Amino acid sequence: MHAEPELFHYTLGLADDALVLGQRLCEWCSNAPFLEEDLALANVALDFMGRARMLYSHAATLEGAGRDEDALAYLRDCREYRNLLIMELPRGDFAFSTARQFLVDAFNLPFLEDLCRSRDPELAGIAGKALKESRYHYRRSRDWVLRLGDGTAESHRRLQRAFDEIWGYTHELFRAGEAEQRLVAAGFAPDRPALRARWEALVVPVLAEATLRRPEDAWSVDGGREGTHTEHLGHLLSELQFMQRAYPGLQW
Amino acid sequence: MLARIPLMDAELLGDRASQQDPSLVALWSLLEDVKDPEIPVVSVRELGVLRRLEREGDVVRVTITPTWSGCPAMHAMEADIRSALAAAGVPVVEVRTRLAPAWTTDWIAGSALDSLRAFGIAPPAPTAADPLAADPVPACPHCGGSDTRRVSEFGSTACKSLWQCRSCAEPFDAFKRI
Repeated sequence: MHAEPELFHYTLGLADDALVLGQRLCEWCSNAPFLEEDLALANVALDFMGRARMLYSHAATLEGAGRDEDALAYLRDCREYRNLLIMELPRGDFAFSTARQFLVDAFNLPFLEDLCRSRDPELAGIAGKALKESRYHYRRSRDWVLRLGDGTAESHRRLQRAFDEIWGYTHELFRAGEAEQRLVAAGFAPDRPALRARWEALVVPVLAEATLRRPEDAWSVDGGREGTHTEHLGHLLSELQFMQRAYPGLQW
Repeated sequence: MLARIPLMDAELLGDRASQQDPSLVALWSLLEDVKDPEIPVVSVRELGVLRRLEREGDVVRVTITPTWSGCPAMHAMEADIRSALAAAGVPVVEVRTRLAPAWTTDWIAGSALDSLRAFGIAPPAPTAADPLAADPVPACPHCGGSDTRRVSEFGSTACKSLWQCRSCAEPFDAFKRI
């Protein structure tokens, strides 16, 4: 099997996931509820930015078309972005950002554990680093779910509302298109549908302990991997890409 | 049934050979002056970031490994290594960034643990078998008191968490084990 073009698109999707979520986390900088949390959110954001850079650099090598990490991040339009929709939703209130982060962190643990065994040594190496960081992310977001869910009536209400709003976006985490399924069969990529039980084991007991209700699986949305995004991604990219679009080739 | 004895990772074995190579002693000691820009009492070698040196004619090849993925200090460390070698008259410096095996706080040299404490940072505990286990409560690096509380899982940088001592009331950073 000649995996390179498919592996490029796959890696690019993972890079977009990390960059877009990292950018959403960056938006909290100077807006968090208190100083320590401001620092924590910025540091988690940095981890995702670092992850995105490693993945974009690897994608650029796989593509071999002369584009570098910056070209991939700054010079692709909305429809060319391949991130999952859950990453791009606006940050909302602190409860919403906490719910999203918890669900994504809990997904990243089993996903990265399996990606460590990818036949692509570079992807496996990136996953090995990212996994250790994601364990800290998960611990932190789990603490917040417990604290807000089992907190005041207002924090409980807001966090439950956040989980209800976002739950339908989690199903996309466990879907894989045909190209990705071929990479799974060839030993390059984790099998997303098979990760669900491990994800639920990290999510459902915490919701219960936080006195929250697990939302019903009543609806789901997808399309991010095909480039069909919510209206929110364009606004995010217009801010993220402004400098390179207005001043092409600008150096820091 | 035969017991399986895990062998040392081939990359780590190569690192150790380079660190013990008598012909490279001068280069290693030269680079002892390159410190972590955020923690200027710990060298990049002690931190476990500078892994390997190799010399071939005019070329010195340097292998480094990042700490946390997003750590902005990595760039400064690489630049400092390059300029230290250039200043010592090395004509060509090649820097390779290696991701695997992933950096761990277990690689921080024993000599650096006291330096960290003297600098006001609680050093990392050894990594645990259960990767989701909470970090042990660190002693206060200022007064040595053991009654401390965690303020935040993430401190001034990604690699540190923020704590406060209940004895002397001082806040302090602790290196997270990873």
